[in-house]
Amino acid sequence: MFRKNKFQKLKEYLIEKLLFLFSLVSIFATVGIIAVLSFEAFAFFKEVSLLKFFTDTQWTPLFVKKHFGILPLLCGTLLTTLIAMLIALPVGLISAVYLSEYASEKARDIIKPVMEILAAIPTVVYGYFALLFVTPLLRKCIPGMSGFNSLSSGLVMGTMIIPLISSLSEDAFHAVPMGLREAGYALGSNRMQVSLRIVLPAAFSGVCAACVLAISRAMGETMIVAIAAGQQPRLTLNPLVPVETITAYIVQVSLGDTPHGSLEYSTIFACGMFLFVMTYFLNIVSYKLRKHFQQVYE
Amino acid sequence: MNKRILNKRLDGLFKVLGILTTVFGMLVLLVLFIDVFLDGASRLSLGFFTSFPSRKPEAAGILSAWVGTLWIMAVTAFIAIPLGIGSAIYLEEYAPKNRLTALIEISIANLAGVPSVIFGLLGLGLFVRWFNLDRSVLAGGLTLAILVLPVIILSTREALRAIPFSIREASYAVGATKWQTVYLQVLPAALGNIMTGVILAMSRAVGETAPLITIGALTYIAFLPQPPVILSGEFPFIRVGLQGLFDPFTALPIQIFNWVSRPQKGFSVNASAGIIVLLGITLAMNSIAVIVRYRQRKKTRW
Repeated sequence: MFRKNKFQKLKEYLIEKLLFLFSLVSIFATVGIIAVLSFEAFAFFKEVSLLKFFTDTQWTPLFVKKHFGILPLLCGTLLTTLIAMLIALPVGLISAVYLSEYASEKARDIIKPVMEILAAIPTVVYGYFALLFVTPLLRKCIPGMSGFNSLSSGLVMGTMIIPLISSLSEDAFHAVPMGLREAGYALGSNRMQVSLRIVLPAAFSGVCAACVLAISRAMGETMIVAIAAGQQPRLTLNPLVPVETITAYIVQVSLGDTPHGSLEYSTIFACGMFLFVMTYFLNIVSYKLRKHFQQVYE
Repeated sequence: MNKRILNKRLDGLFKVLGILTTVFGMLVLLVLFIDVFLDGASRLSLGFFTSFPSRKPEAAGILSAWVGTLWIMAVTAFIAIPLGIGSAIYLEEYAPKNRLTALIEISIANLAGVPSVIFGLLGLGLFVRWFNLDRSVLAGGLTLAILVLPVIILSTREALRAIPFSIREASYAVGATKWQTVYLQVLPAALGNIMTGVILAMSRAVGETAPLITIGALTYIAFLPQPPVILSGEFPFIRVGLQGLFDPFTALPIQIFNWVSRPQKGFSVNASAGIIVLLGITLAMNSIAVIVRYRQRKKTRW
């Protein structure tokens, strides 16, 4: 009896330590990402100054005459993100209002799983859809549009992000106390007035959190833009011409035979580092907004 | 009075707008399915599954792609599922409230928000170069395992949190130890929801393309990783080995990407056919997850 007890204790101890080690893997992964990115990006910034990286208006690391200005890539990323948000924000937000304030329980039970499918489709499929369906369709309406462009990839990316904005905003609307709505109805407001003038402002920071997270997701999205937006880094706001995003550049270099250790090779880590820092910052902002929102209604 | 009627109309209009925006996504989904199906259904045949990629689109198939995906998924599942569920158990049931725990939590939250292509850079720098695994099945599987790890941890934690504390207290009251409580009471009760999360995470991994391209997975490959079990005519007739883990690979989404980026019409038809297969896998996994969740909800009595 005594011995069994001792064995039992040892087993409990070992299991706890093992589970602890498992959970440390997440720390290692985070440290690993930061270490790998900084290590390789450091090699890059030894050759190219930070000032040049942020002010040069050309990005041509694979050409003979090399320029290493991130601005054209950043411009492509921001342009596709902007187009995506122009679709995803209004559509996602209005559908969140509908689902939370208008739809019946039953309708919601059917609609939500279908919306989840939209988010579960592999992005390479969306890329195919943007390049071979949306672009030809748009080209019929907009003459002079290029076969690769930021418009169709942005539109498709926006559609992909709708469920993210919709479900996070809906969560925020749900957290608004019923009493606020009832007060609105008691004053004679109808459902639209309650939704838009009471619930939406009350959940504003929650909606902002959803929005910021969606921007972060759109900036990091890779396959849609790599397939449908082109591979020509340029400083433009014209949605009809080919551009290149940071993520698409990483894919472009990975597909080629760039020798390990070369400057071209380390550019993808510098780009990755830049992308990581930006999305990290956005994720923190989103998290703080969400925390702020949760505190208001505790 | 007039204003009230106007407001009522506006409310009705807004409702219609709400319905339209809600079905917008579904309509796009429907158009996407129809488009892919019309383009690719004719290409689906047994030969498509049993042929290697080829320069001639009519002869090309997805054999190396789906076998590669199977290998990658096996590695990812083998690593990510125990690690993810284990971490979640530790954080929910064991972890003391201290700095280290807070650091683990921050890391997981951070990992969950990192763009997938960055995981590819991690895999390239760490597994491919540092561990010298080259562009192997193992490197790809490890990369995707880290990618889905936070997803599994977060969903498992949610599943564990849903188990009422009274269950644990009852278990302790009859003399069970902590692990006995977790293993015999909490885990079985949460199993359905944990499974749902795991299946959804794996279905995400199946479609991931960018990280695998970034670690340098090949887009054209005309051989398979060495199978884990080989039957032969000589003694001992069967050879078991995991040599295949170190072989190069391609995967279904990479093959699709490769075909999409070629200008010839024949290849885009192949891409559609590949997408039908990929969508079939993703949707099947999602449906299983929904069914498991539904059955769990019906079973739950607290």
